[in-house]
Order: sequence, then structure tokens, then C-alpha cells
Amino acid sequence: MIVQLSHPQRQVEIKGPKRTKELLRELNLVMEAHLVIRGDELVTEDEMLADADQVEIRPVISGG
Amino acid sequence: MNCGKCKTKAVISLPRHNAAFCKGCFTTFMHEQVARAIKSFKMFAPEDRILVAVSGGKDSLALWHILLTLGYRADALYVNLGIGAYSDESHRKVRHYADTVAAAHGAKLIVHVVEQEAGGGIRELATVLHRPTCSTCGTIKRYQFNRAAVEQDYDVMATGHNLDDEAARLLGNVLHWQDEYLEKQGPTLPASVEGFAKKVKPLCRLSEREIAAYAVVNRIDYIVEECPMAKGSKMILYKEVLNRLETESPGTKQRFYWGFLEKQNKPDVPKESMAEKDQRTLHPCQSCGQPTTADTCSYCKMMAKAKTATPR
Repeated sequence: MIVQLSHPQRQVEIKGPKRTKELLRELNLVMEAHLVIRGDELVTEDEMLADADQVEIRPVISGG
Repeated sequence: MNCGKCKTKAVISLPRHNAAFCKGCFTTFMHEQVARAIKSFKMFAPEDRILVAVSGGKDSLALWHILLTLGYRADALYVNLGIGAYSDESHRKVRHYADTVAAAHGAKLIVHVVEQEAGGGIRELATVLHRPTCSTCGTIKRYQFNRAAVEQDYDVMATGHNLDDEAARLLGNVLHWQDEYLEKQGPTLPASVEGFAKKVKPLCRLSEREIAAYAVVNRIDYIVEECPMAKGSKMILYKEVLNRLETESPGTKQRFYWGFLEKQNKPDVPKESMAEKDQRTLHPCQSCGQPTTADTCSYCKMMAKAKTATPR
């Protein structure tokens, strides 16, 4: 699957199928600091993501 | 995973509340949390005029959206800081929300452009003044928001500070024992003197992740890109540390910040010294004579049990 990341903007390809929490773990990202969006819908950490999915991992931390 | 309320498919789980919600129930949950903060911290009344400080980011746009949805009279002020493409994009997002959503609620957007008054953006100002950019930015925003709120007769000024902002700031203040700043960490700051607007933080019960999720679920188009000036800031480091702790132990951030607020609100009672407390609560163990709060001390109980227990 194609995964869109931010800070900096980039794309990586990850082999599916994979659960959201496993995807985050593979990319060494903390759930509490990110949202996972498939297409334009939020998904929970137990959701299974397929190779054909367009996935965005959006960071939520701001400088404040 | 299903919504804990209506049992349809969940879009988010909130470990700190041991809950999961679908889109509709999550939106309701968020509105309830904001309403609860407004009430419990006596932020404002239904008839009050509110000025929301907006930046184009998730927190301030979500705050404006929630207040308008809850029926409050909330206008907004955007300060264009003149940080090149970043300010252009954030300004566009704020304008888009104001025109497509806020206007229908009768709310207006006020804009202040730093460059028009100061002759340059905050980067140029910071260079000329030999000051860090973030501190220059903070001074300008605080001044402009307060001035607009006071001059245009708003009852209160609302900012999008969230639980993560407040917990990270508290951690920074505690790490450096900046006692004088701790007093100003409440979600409601009164208009203490003539010329100061009352300031409130209605998102103080909500985490950054919850607010970002609210923006996605409610199709609020905000600027995801981080301010280029905030890279490497201490606040981001503190937030990362707190998020590591939160992941291992859900609820850490709220216990830290809300616990602080509870302690702050407790009336001062004369504090008992450790020696006074020990003298009040401890007496000799009836078996060995060492100080204990019980009739028999833990050690004597443990030894008595060990002597009578059957080996495995």
C-alpha cells in the first residue's frame, strides 16, 4: 500500500495486508501522536489495511 | 472495533476513556467535553460575545466550529505573521472556513497583518530585534488578540490550547520550577486589570489527537504542515515525552494536568509536617516495638506467616 507521511511530506510503500497498529509500529510511530486515514475516513488501530488502500498517517502534534 | 454507544463501526478509540466511538457519537462526545469545560471553569455565558484566536491549525478552527455549532456568538481574529508560504496557506484556510461555514452562523473574521503595521514579517522583526522568533510571535499575538478583544467589546477571548499544550507547558514549568508561571496555567484567566481581556481555553479537556480527529470527521480543512519556526522547539519535545508515557499508561496527561488544577483550586490548609504526621499515626508494634500504623508491623506479620506456611 502507498502510505503518505508528513513532516516532511513523503510517500512510502508498505506490504499489506496489515493492521493499523502494526503499520505504525513498523514505521516507529506512536498512535497517540498520529491519525491513520484511509481514503478520507479515519480508521481504528485494529483495522486491516489492504495493498490497494491509499493511507495517510497524519501527525497531530503542533508547536503550541 | 465498534462504537461503545451505538455499536456501529468505530472510527476512533480513546484509551484514556476506555472508549471507542463512531463519527456521530465522537462528535457528540467532543461537544459534551467542551460544554463541560465551559461550565466547570465558568468561561462564558450563552449571551456573551466571544473572540476566537484562529491560526488555520486544527485546534483553533475546531474550537471556532464547536462554539458556533453549540450556538455561541463567536467571531474570530487571524494574525497574519508574514512567514512566507506558510502564512499564505494558513490565511487561505481560515478565510475558506470563515466564508463557507462561519458566515452562515452570522460570525465574522477579523484579520491583522503584521507586515502592514511593523513593516516586515516576524522573521524579519526577530532578526532586527535580536529575539527568538517564537517569543516575538507570542508577544505580537498576545498583544493583538487582547487589543482586538478589548477595543471591540468582546466579553471573552478564547484560544485553542488543548490538554497536550497545557500538560507540556506544565511539565516545562515544573522541570524548571517556574512557580510564577504556574499560577497562569488555569483554563480561565480573569480580566484582572483594566485593559486585559478575560481569556479562556475551552479545549483544555481534549487531546491533540482527539481534536485532529474531530477536524477530519467534520471535514474541517486545516493546515497540517507544522510552522517552520517551531522545528526543534522544547514544547514539541515535552509533548513527545508525554505521548510516550500516555501510550504506556493511558490517562497520564489528564491526571498530570487535571491533578494540578485540582490542587490549585484547593483552599490553603495549614500543612502538617512529616514529624507531626508520624507522631499522630505511628505507635510501637505489639510484637517487636518498631513504629507501625497497625497493631502488628508488616515485617512481623510477614515472618509469622512464613513460619506457619507450608512449602510448595
